[in-house]
Amino acid sequence: MIKPLKNFTGLVAPLDRPNVDTDQIIPKQFLKAVVRSGLAKGLFFDWRNQPDSQFVLNQPRFEKATILVARANFGCGSSREHAVWALADFGFKAVIAPSFADIFKNNCLKNGILTIVLKPEQTDAIFDAIKLHQDYHLAVDLPAQKIADEFGWSAHFDIDPFPKRCLLEGLDDIALTLMQDAKIRAHESAHPVPYKL
Amino acid sequence: MAAQTLFEKIWNSHVVHEAPGEPALLYIDLHLIHEVTSPQAFEGLALAGRKVRRPERTFATLDHNVPTTDRSMPITDPDSRLQIEMMRKNCRDFGVRLFDLGEVEQGIVHVIGPELGLSQPGMTIVCGDSHTATHGAMGALAFGIGTSEVEHVLATQCLWQARPKTMEIRVDGKLGLGVTAKDIILGVIGRITTDGGTGHVIEYRGTAIEALSMEERMTVCNMSIEGGARAGMIAADRKTVDYLRGRRYLPTGVEFDRLAAQWLTYRTDEGAKFDRSIVFDAAAFAPQVTWGTNPGMVTAVTSKVPDPSSYADATSRRAVELALEYMGLVPGTPITDVKVDRVFIGSCTNSRVSDLQAAAAIVKGRRVAASVHAMVVPGSQLVKNEAEKLGLDRVFREAGFEWREAGCSMCLGMNPDILKPGERCASTSNRNFEGRQGKGGRTHLVSPIMAAAAAVAGHFVDVREWASN
Ligand code: SF4
Repeated sequence: MIKPLKNFTGLVAPLDRPNVDTDQIIPKQFLKAVVRSGLAKGLFFDWRNQPDSQFVLNQPRFEKATILVARANFGCGSSREHAVWALADFGFKAVIAPSFADIFKNNCLKNGILTIVLKPEQTDAIFDAIKLHQDYHLAVDLPAQKIADEFGWSAHFDIDPFPKRCLLEGLDDIALTLMQDAKIRAHESAHPVPYKL
Repeated sequence: MAAQTLFEKIWNSHVVHEAPGEPALLYIDLHLIHEVTSPQAFEGLALAGRKVRRPERTFATLDHNVPTTDRSMPITDPDSRLQIEMMRKNCRDFGVRLFDLGEVEQGIVHVIGPELGLSQPGMTIVCGDSHTATHGAMGALAFGIGTSEVEHVLATQCLWQARPKTMEIRVDGKLGLGVTAKDIILGVIGRITTDGGTGHVIEYRGTAIEALSMEERMTVCNMSIEGGARAGMIAADRKTVDYLRGRRYLPTGVEFDRLAAQWLTYRTDEGAKFDRSIVFDAAAFAPQVTWGTNPGMVTAVTSKVPDPSSYADATSRRAVELALEYMGLVPGTPITDVKVDRVFIGSCTNSRVSDLQAAAAIVKGRRVAASVHAMVVPGSQLVKNEAEKLGLDRVFREAGFEWREAGCSMCLGMNPDILKPGERCASTSNRNFEGRQGKGGRTHLVSPIMAAAAAVAGHFVDVREWASN
């Protein structure tokens, strides 16, 4: 069941690395969890727990961030949904990057986290603005597909109609699928299980 | 009908429902599950009072968390034990067949699917694991999914999917002696980079791909995700049919022949179009070694650790600097000067019988260097049994390798098999991410014969110099 995502304004934290993989977002020791909650402690665990770590989420100024801006190919690697559960548990509602890995993007959608794809020069602009302004916020308007700051910068983003609707309405996609039960049954009777059980 | 690609044929024959502006609802023929990415999915089912729609299309194994040492001992880590016990309980409660520890079918999910005859050409196959693309080597459309999607497939046997684009990777010509399927895929990823395949399904084609054995094809497809693609596939041919004949879950006799005839229709038609095409010359590949912290950071064994200053854009330069710092490598160092502390031969990429045979041929009559700790972890119990029948366990043991029980092991180190901080490992697995094999551990991805040679020499060597004698 996807939680509906309302328009919101959030503090933006920068993660200035390309190809951030899900092993980094949440290391393996947290994959032993058998529930979805409480994973914020594992978020970027190795980067946050180095001696004298200056990692962005360790800095008090970003403690309350709800938007993460990152570089290309964010969320690559393992399919672990724990990465998204950890981001959500920390409080993130949206991630902005020039590109995302496919499975990560799907996992975000299933958990009501919005992935916003911008051009590299647009993400550059956000990284620069965070350096300039202490408490840099962005307002996210999903129906209008727009993000904007209070200084006049804004950007439009693309999102397919289906995920957009899922996020806005908070659909239960299993229930949605079961509405097609007759078609699923028809397919099943035409395609018997090819196993010797 | 218009000419179709292999992907299009499988996709089109599995769309149950489609409406404009929506993803397609795809029927899933085979759902494989394991202990790490399924507990929350079963929890979701239970909470909603739902059942597993098609238990006869769902198979479970224990692989990620399991110890690879003596299985008669209890599992000491309480969290691992809990996850394994939950898998057993969920399979009991929901009527799913589990290949449990001690059963001959147990093994890494991507090794057992093909080996048991579960993964078949023309199928849609999913698993809560990104290396599900491995099964694409059977001529199937196989891809990794997240836990919410696992729950969705358990409940409905279907999945909402946006139609991906298609990409042809053609490898023609002949591989040199000592150059393997692993070197093909590492070389390809080095070229297309780790997000080159994002949004695409790759079909590997060409004479060099056709010449590969089924197990080598699995190695190639396995790492498709490392190039960003969710799936990689290779059309079924006679080799596929011969490989599958007599496997545990396949029917026999005319029933089998009927299936086999169907399988062979799943191939790309003459004149079918791909969204993208890249062509490689097999003869140009050398044995590959990764030097960085993603699989695209790779070079030929004859080459050197790169210099960050040779990268034009600031983001790549910074990424290379960070990678070299983590890996403890100095720019300009010849790859063959890089010493290793550990060698791991295993994982769903390279833990099948032919991988172990090739590695054993290199170490036979030689000794693992005194400074190196080396281990072999077969991909499944069946692989282990077969290897032992061939006497490979003795060859490895006599050379100084440890010989373990089947599982993922040091590929991701969820069990006790991990690197210590700073330790450097030649590994036949598929990911060299920071901390993947243990916090602070440094992973270099290589082929089984390159790993075997590094174990003996104590540093990377060009295995081609050994392959001839
Ligand atoms: S061997 Fe490694 S990559 Fe393969 S399924 Fe296991 S953990 Fe994942």
